[in-house]
This record gives sequence, C-alpha cells and structure tokens, in this order.
Amino acid sequence: METYRIDRRKGMEFGIYTLGDHLPNPKTAERISAQERIHEIIEFAKLAEQAGIDFFSVGESHQEYFATQAHAVVLAAIAQATEKIKLASSSTIISTSDPVRVYENFATIDLISKGRAEIVAGRASRIGLFDLLGYDVHDYEALFEEKFELLLKINREKIVNWHGEFRAPLNSAEVLPRPKNDSMPIWRAVGGSSASAIKAGYAGVPMFLAHLGGPATSFKRSIDAYREAANKSGHDSSKLPVATAGFFYAAETSQQALREMYPHINEGMKLTNGQGFPKQHFAQGADPHNVMNIGSPQQIIEKILYQHELFGHQRYIAQIDFGGVPFDRLKKNIEIIGAEILPAIKKYTAEK
Amino acid sequence: MKIVAMSGSKIGTKTSTAMKYTMKTIKNTYPHVGVTFMDLAEYDVQFSDGRHYLDYEGDTKYVTQLIMEADAIIIGTPIFQASIPATLKNIFDLLPVNAFLDKVVSMLVTAGSPKHYLVLEQQLKPILTYMKAQIVPSYVFIEEQDFYQKEIINDDVRFRVDRLVEDTIVLTETYTAIREKKEAEYFF
Repeated sequence: METYRIDRRKGMEFGIYTLGDHLPNPKTAERISAQERIHEIIEFAKLAEQAGIDFFSVGESHQEYFATQAHAVVLAAIAQATEKIKLASSSTIISTSDPVRVYENFATIDLISKGRAEIVAGRASRIGLFDLLGYDVHDYEALFEEKFELLLKINREKIVNWHGEFRAPLNSAEVLPRPKNDSMPIWRAVGGSSASAIKAGYAGVPMFLAHLGGPATSFKRSIDAYREAANKSGHDSSKLPVATAGFFYAAETSQQALREMYPHINEGMKLTNGQGFPKQHFAQGADPHNVMNIGSPQQIIEKILYQHELFGHQRYIAQIDFGGVPFDRLKKNIEIIGAEILPAIKKYTAEK
Repeated sequence: MKIVAMSGSKIGTKTSTAMKYTMKTIKNTYPHVGVTFMDLAEYDVQFSDGRHYLDYEGDTKYVTQLIMEADAIIIGTPIFQASIPATLKNIFDLLPVNAFLDKVVSMLVTAGSPKHYLVLEQQLKPILTYMKAQIVPSYVFIEEQDFYQKEIINDDVRFRVDRLVEDTIVLTETYTAIREKKEAEYFF
C-alpha cells in the first residue's frame, strides 16, 4: 500500500470527484459560464482540503455540457491553490492521448503539488472524442490496453524501450520530468462490469470502481473478481488499493437529501445521456444497503461503514456536484463531511 | 403524447401499406396525438457498433433520437426467414438496454404465411420486454391475401388495426397517469 501512498493507520480515505460537467441548474434553467464553473471546481477543492478531505479528482469528457476537457490544466491550478490534498484525474482517457504527454503533465502536477498527484486512466464511456482527437473507435479496447501498458512502463522505468501499434516506438527514451518520488500511483478506472475489474486485477494495478446505484453487494462481486484475478496472476491483492466512487449528498434528513439531489441527477442525465434517472430507483437509493450515499449524515456514516466492511476498500470518493448543484449546497455538504462524516469514518476504519 | 409509427423493413410494400393505414387511423380518430411515420426503407441507418446512440450522426442519430423521445411506438414488421428483419433488429441494437422504459410498444406484422404467426410472440416480445417496454398484448397479423394493389381489402384487418391504435393510445394514457400518480407519492 505504501507504493500507492495509502496509510491504513489513518483509516479509509475520503475523496471528492467531479466529472467537470457544466450543466444548468434545473431549478432556474440557468447555467453559469465555463469560467465560473472552472473557478468553482478550484474553490471546491480548496474547501475540501480545509475540511480535511484526503483526495480530489477531476474528469475528462469531450462532449457538450462539460468544461474540464483539459483536466490536467485544472488540476495544476488546484495543485497551486492547495497544500496537502491528494490530486488525481477521474479519469484520464488514455486511449486517445499520448501516454508520454500524459505522464509529463502529471509528473509536473506532482512536482507543483510536491508529491500529491495520481493518474486514474479510463477508456471513456462515450466515444465522441475518438473523432475529435483523430482515433478510430474500432480500436477502442486495443488503444486502451496498449497505451495504459505504456503509461505503466514509463512510471516503472526511467529509460523506456517500447514499440507498439498506435504510437511511434521509444528508443532509450527518458520521459521527464520524473515525479517527486520517481513514480506515482496509477489506477485503472473500472465501470459496471466485472470483466473490466478482472483486467485491472491481471495487471496488478489499483482499481477505481465507479458505481451509479443498486445494491452494494453487486459491486462486491467486481471487487472480489478483481482481487482473485490479481492473486491468480502473481500479484498480492492485499497490497493493491481499491477505491469506490459514486453519488453522494448529505442533508438534515434523507427526505431532504433525496429532494434536493434528484432534479440535478435526473435532468443532468437527460441532457448528457438522453435518459433520466427513474424516481423508483432513486428512492431506493435511501436504503442502507444501496451503494448511493444519499441521506442524513448519520445514515451516510452507517452506509459507508457497511460498504467498508463489505468491500474492504481504502478510499471512497464522493460525486456531489453533478447537474448544476449550486455552490452554497456544495459548501454545506463539505461542512457536513468535515464536521460529522469524516471523523466518524476515520475513527472506525483506522487500523491500529 | 408523441407516437412513432415505424415500418421496420428495407423492402416490400405490405408493411408500409399497413402502417400508412395505421397513420391515417390515428390522424382521423385522434387528431390531438402527435404522430410521426418512419419508414426504415427511406433512411440510411448504419449497423450498431456499440456506441451511445447520441454519438451517431445523420440518419442513424435521427432515427434513434426520434424513438427515444416517443411515448409510444407502433412497430410494423414483415417476417423474413421465420424472423424479424435485420433492419429492425439493428434499431434495437442501436438503443440503450432500458430504451423502452416508460414507453408503450405495440406491434403489427405482415407475413407471407400463417406459419409465422408466433414469430412475434417468441422473438419480438422478449426483446421488447428486455428493453423494458409496456407491451400491448394483442398484435395484428396480416397476410398477403388481405392486400390488393397496396390497399388493405379485408375489413377484419381494418377493424383490428383500429383496435390496436385505440389500445396503444389508451394504454399510453393509462400508464402515464399511473406513473404520474406514483411519482407524486414520492416526497422528492
């Protein structure tokens, strides 16, 4: 776990992630400018740090209703504005980027932040960026596997010799600058299916598992499959951290939390995905065994501890800002996390 | 209410003839209902390559978006080789798994042989169920002999199409009312 900068004695890490979506507030139908949205994200990260939150990450989506396509640039601004919070992408679409450039960017963010940067590499859930950036979507899987492997190699080896299908070969290439401690944590982003979790296990890399909703036990299957695959291919799964990431919203009561959050998720998904979130499914999000962490602070503490017992994960990452949530509500959530949720979670999950 | 009436084949005239009659019935009997006719023979729809439907361009995007925005869909299809045409199956392949959630879907089928009667029951209905449609249980089965020079000549077929249209609209109104009532019961 030390390789990945995880200290179990401090308890499970709590993080926040944003996809960098840029959506109207469904209540007012108004949308802040891209400039305001980006500054809000930077401010959001600063407040998270002040509340004692461990981790903050920003995603890359090249489609309408998003503002952080250049997520590494936003992360660099956050690195400059903060002092101790860990920073990462969520995720970097490695398939349509040059791993050398990605590594250079994130190693630089690691130096600006003095050793706080991590990379979460993903495959993209939407494929508009393949046309935009000049890649063939038919190579969707092959592009990811080859480029992710190269990214890991650059992280492991100072002098890189490599050749592949989708990029010019590297002959005794030195990728500079190096991160503060010569390497940095690189995670594989995994969506719903166990198949992707198993691939992360085979590669022996940490897994960043995103979940929308549903019973926590369904996601347990992906985590078990990941660890089994890792052990089977000669890695020690007890040394590989797992992070889970999904919807989060705290308010005084679960009713208030559901009421305040629902329109953002429903309308936001309609605009970005074409279909809303069914009310029936969302209502089940309040169940103690549902993986969505929406409810009163006490309910959320119990849910996260239940998930921790089930998953044995090292980091939970909350998505609070999807769908144009006004900034004062984000602030309120951070206050609740810092004052109530974080202390309870740390207390119960710290290993002695 | 938005209805899409779709003819699911690239070739032949029977299905589109039957769907044109269906359109006429809707327009004459339910003038307040918005209905769009979509004959897949007139569109250049590409084969599904697994991407999200909003990421397609041109006709493929137009066709999938029209279906996704509908409250009800009337599918007209011929039977080829004891199955639905690839043209129609491709539409399903282009859409998300829950594409028909909160939508009513009804079916009309034209076939060269009565032996094909159960094809929709055994092949189309399971697909629609998987994709979460509220299915109108009865469908209209039309044979070659029911047409003459691109007209439906069997009164029984006309009556059955009229009932299919009525059932589709009544069920769409009913399911919408049920859903609205149920959603109002949630406190959010």
